[in-house]
Amino acid sequence: MNRVVITGLGAVSPIGQTAKSYWAALTAGQSGFGPPTIFAAERLNTKVVAEVKGFVPEQHFDSRQIGLVDRVSQFAVVAAREAIGQAGLSFREGLGERTAAIVGSGIGGQTTQDDAFKRIYGENAARVHPLIIPRTMPNAPASQISMFFGIKGPTYAVSTACASATHSIGQAFHLVRAGAVTCAVTGGAEAQLTHGTVKAWEAMRILAPDTCRPFSRERKGMVLGEGAAILVLESLDHAAARGARILGEIVGFGMSADAGDLTAPDPDGMVRAMSAALADAALAPDAIDYVNAHGTGTTANDLAETAALHKAFAAHAARLAVSSTKSMVGHALGAAGALEAVATVMALHEGVVPPTMNYVGPDSACDLDYAPNEARPRPLNVALSNSFAFGGLNAVLTFRRFDA
Amino acid sequence: MVDVANGVIELVGSKVRNKQGPLQMSDALESLGLESLDVLELTFAIEEKFNIEIPFNANTEFDFKTVGELVHAVEGLVAKKTASA
Repeated sequence: MNRVVITGLGAVSPIGQTAKSYWAALTAGQSGFGPPTIFAAERLNTKVVAEVKGFVPEQHFDSRQIGLVDRVSQFAVVAAREAIGQAGLSFREGLGERTAAIVGSGIGGQTTQDDAFKRIYGENAARVHPLIIPRTMPNAPASQISMFFGIKGPTYAVSTACASATHSIGQAFHLVRAGAVTCAVTGGAEAQLTHGTVKAWEAMRILAPDTCRPFSRERKGMVLGEGAAILVLESLDHAAARGARILGEIVGFGMSADAGDLTAPDPDGMVRAMSAALADAALAPDAIDYVNAHGTGTTANDLAETAALHKAFAAHAARLAVSSTKSMVGHALGAAGALEAVATVMALHEGVVPPTMNYVGPDSACDLDYAPNEARPRPLNVALSNSFAFGGLNAVLTFRRFDA
Repeated sequence: MVDVANGVIELVGSKVRNKQGPLQMSDALESLGLESLDVLELTFAIEEKFNIEIPFNANTEFDFKTVGELVHAVEGLVAKKTASA
């Protein structure tokens, strides 16, 4: 079994379009929230979303490439380019055949699909762009990363709604640990902020009218986001042999399903995933210092996740630092777990707990230390990153600080 | 307004899980076994039937405790819409 280390990080987020600027904004408590600027936003009730503002595709792609690549894949490729650049890897030689690209998305190329359907149904268009299908497919981000960087090993998408990226990273971790591949480029991407998608989320009546304040009293729901984040994983042996700078280590992965309600979270399923992530890492609960929570800001998730943390960690729960970075970047669905993995790796690397912003005071049922409103220096050794998806699908990664 | 009341009661009735016999205005919605997704679908069905918007965020408690309160609220929204039309 290989040890699996992280040698590159990349991110495109509402508060920073590189991993470095994203992390700096997280620790500064910056908000990515604002009114939607998408098509026909005036017909939406939603007044606050987290868009990746000022993303200029032409700065990253030539005009021929742009026609082939939906916004979701653009985010993914830009994040991958940064991560691979930081890792200092080239896949053009034989390494490409021993590298995986596993990239999640909850929806895929929604901008392309929404625009096409508007033309077909709304405008009775006689014809549509010929590349709607390959731009829309949920595996487009994984495929585009494979093609842009010459990755020829196992390449696929995982689509498990809000847990897509965490499941993807976990799969990549398994492949590198088992020795099936030497390296993996993995994470998630989402670009869901279209009129049609936001309207559909509105119908679920769980979007906040004001802001996202996870675990806080007066929380009123989630804020939709978008973006991408990518991690480069490789075996410790390979990274050490080439003298790579190692940013952190993945030491465990746990999964579970609730087999219960379609959308309501289940603390027992969460506990089983967290316990599996600890067992996989051969760690006791009291080894964990920090949990990057799923923390959507809905009444139901934050209650259930707090109850699950109590159950999984018993008395140690009170000593954990828990925070939700969704309080700054919103919920990027299939990208959320990857953005949160980057935050978790950086938290361990820098010894800083990113804050839960917009926190106005404790809810009687949410009684843990949520690092409210201000980043906090704290020596961190091991952390969990939680993702809990609609459909009752739970995924949890265990990260450890790497000391050479 | 009798039509509104009957329409709402019929829609609520389609979601009832644990009561036999006709619904009463005094029946608590919670006692009828409606789950969270039932409430969502019911709200949507009422909005569609009467072409109104019911202000409801699932992160807060459902504002209407009984069948009668829900009927009354829908009657109010329908009247308001008719008046402004």
